[in-house]
Amino acid sequence: MADVMMTPTGLEQRLAYPVKKSQSRLVRLLRAYPLVFVGGLLVAALVFVALFAPVLAPYNPDYQFPNGLAMNGAPLAPNHQFIMGTDDLGRDIYSRVLYGARVSLEVGVFSSIISLFIGTSLGIIAGYFGKWADSVIMRITDMMLAFPLILFVVALVAVIGQSVDNLFIAIGVLGWATTARIVRGQVLSVKEFEFVQAAKALGSPNWRILLRIILPNIVAPVIVLTTLSIGNNMLLESTLSFLGIGVAPPTPSWGNMLAEGQSIFEYAPWLLYYPGLALLLAVLGFNLLGDGLRELFNPRRVR
Amino acid sequence: MSEPLLEVQDLKKWFPIRRGIFSRTVGNVRAVDGVSFAVGAGETFGLVGESGCGKSTTGRTLLRLIEPTGGKITFEGRDVRKLSRTQMRAMRRQMQIVFQDPYGSLNPRYTVRQAIEEPLLIHGLASSSAERERRVAELMDTVGLSPSRMNRYPHEFSGGQRQRIGIARALAVSPKLIVADEPVSALDVSVQSQVLNLMDDLQKQLNLTYIFIAHDLSVVKHISDRIGVMYLGKMVELAEADDLYAEPLHPYTQALLSAVPVPDPDAKRDRIILQGDLPSPANPPQGCYFHPRCKDAMDVCRVKAPEWREVKPGHHVACHLYDEERGGSTWQTS
Repeated sequence: MADVMMTPTGLEQRLAYPVKKSQSRLVRLLRAYPLVFVGGLLVAALVFVALFAPVLAPYNPDYQFPNGLAMNGAPLAPNHQFIMGTDDLGRDIYSRVLYGARVSLEVGVFSSIISLFIGTSLGIIAGYFGKWADSVIMRITDMMLAFPLILFVVALVAVIGQSVDNLFIAIGVLGWATTARIVRGQVLSVKEFEFVQAAKALGSPNWRILLRIILPNIVAPVIVLTTLSIGNNMLLESTLSFLGIGVAPPTPSWGNMLAEGQSIFEYAPWLLYYPGLALLLAVLGFNLLGDGLRELFNPRRVR
Repeated sequence: MSEPLLEVQDLKKWFPIRRGIFSRTVGNVRAVDGVSFAVGAGETFGLVGESGCGKSTTGRTLLRLIEPTGGKITFEGRDVRKLSRTQMRAMRRQMQIVFQDPYGSLNPRYTVRQAIEEPLLIHGLASSSAERERRVAELMDTVGLSPSRMNRYPHEFSGGQRQRIGIARALAVSPKLIVADEPVSALDVSVQSQVLNLMDDLQKQLNLTYIFIAHDLSVVKHISDRIGVMYLGKMVELAEADDLYAEPLHPYTQALLSAVPVPDPDAKRDRIILQGDLPSPANPPQGCYFHPRCKDAMDVCRVKAPEWREVKPGHHVACHLYDEERGGSTWQTS
């Protein structure tokens, strides 16, 4: 179809090319990367479930149903009353999975926010100011990375006590090294761009260059990294709970549910299926969302 | 030339080469090694040389984007190197830079308006948002861009247009001196001349002084009043543009000029082809830095660095061919 445009002089001019309707960035993003939508839905569902677990869950997750076990004491397979079956203590797995989302999300998000804050600050300082600040910060980062994170967290939790709050504090405070290193690398590359030199030549103070120019230009990788790290930290929480150092029973967490299920999964595999599936979908959701956000923040990609 | 706007004496920038775990300095890359020149108000000073000769480093040390290792930079009678951080920020209103890469020199996250507005905000040059907008529109108009496009992003513009944005940004603080660091090298030829003409017009309108860095001699000739030729961190020749093109004295300048293409297929040309590569500035040759590639090299060139001397009014050269004890004035017969 040919579009017709009015020129300033009042002539009707036929355009040789169609005028594109300008769509919002979000619409264009969804069109170009439909998987973002899936990621966003998964994450939204996770948040929804975590917030409304008490409303959504049919039963008290800690209640041991007298009829929750078979005659021989084995857990019940999924049926019309317990749609995901029961565990070896006769508790409803469906309710426990819903409540587990709370722990996972809380630990994943808060620990990532803590390490994002520490890691970004240290990475920016190291990358931008260089010299001794860089050497000191990067050597500390190397030490953090050289030591297995899990052992570190286990040690710290052992000192400060085992609780959900202490768990995300421990993961957050110890898990910033990767963020710091990636942020430093990004700052090093961004600061060589001529527009940073130009800002310096124009007389921008350092804080302005850091906050207005460098930070927005490293946001994309940092966002991707944080989203990935939420997923990773959820996994780490599960690992720790699985090992018995994370979330203490009876508070349901996908990790300790897996731990409880592993001894009897040969004849009661549903004890692993559902918390495992929940974990998988949650981590996948954050990864897909992270990729999508990266594209959304890149002004050159989504047209 | 009356009182110079900018005077540079013996400017040096050595980049240390560090090795080992203790970052011991094992040597220096002498990017700029004792360069002196002066630029008068309203003049265009061209700086030429092949890649890696230190011309860009020279431009950036003038603005202290790279801290010089030694030497003196005097701008309007003030020693730029002795300025404090705050004083330097104020000084940046006087001297600006236009960069080579029209893609890298604009923040992809700023609209054109934000880019040009930035200096106004930093220096508090406009009180209200409306006034800033008016000023941005005015600047865009000055460099030949339509102000209606001020809310677009840089990637929506062509290379030449981006370079105009870069120029508008530099002009926003009403500077006296602009260091143009290869401003047209990344543009294609038809756009080059547009940008050069724009810079020429701006100079007349706003009484700007340019330091114009380039490797393209025809571009430099078009715009410069005086030209300095650099080789391996040193200035080898400095003269009025016409003088330099009519009578290049240094063998290096002669070789450079002979390489400028002549738009006439039948023209007879004596091309001087330089042998070998540019030596490493970390390990420059003994004596005159140019002697391994020089067609006129003599014994003395291998031992002794030539002195910087004025061999005729306004024409400086650093070459043993023009030493007085050798009878001098060879240039008259050549």
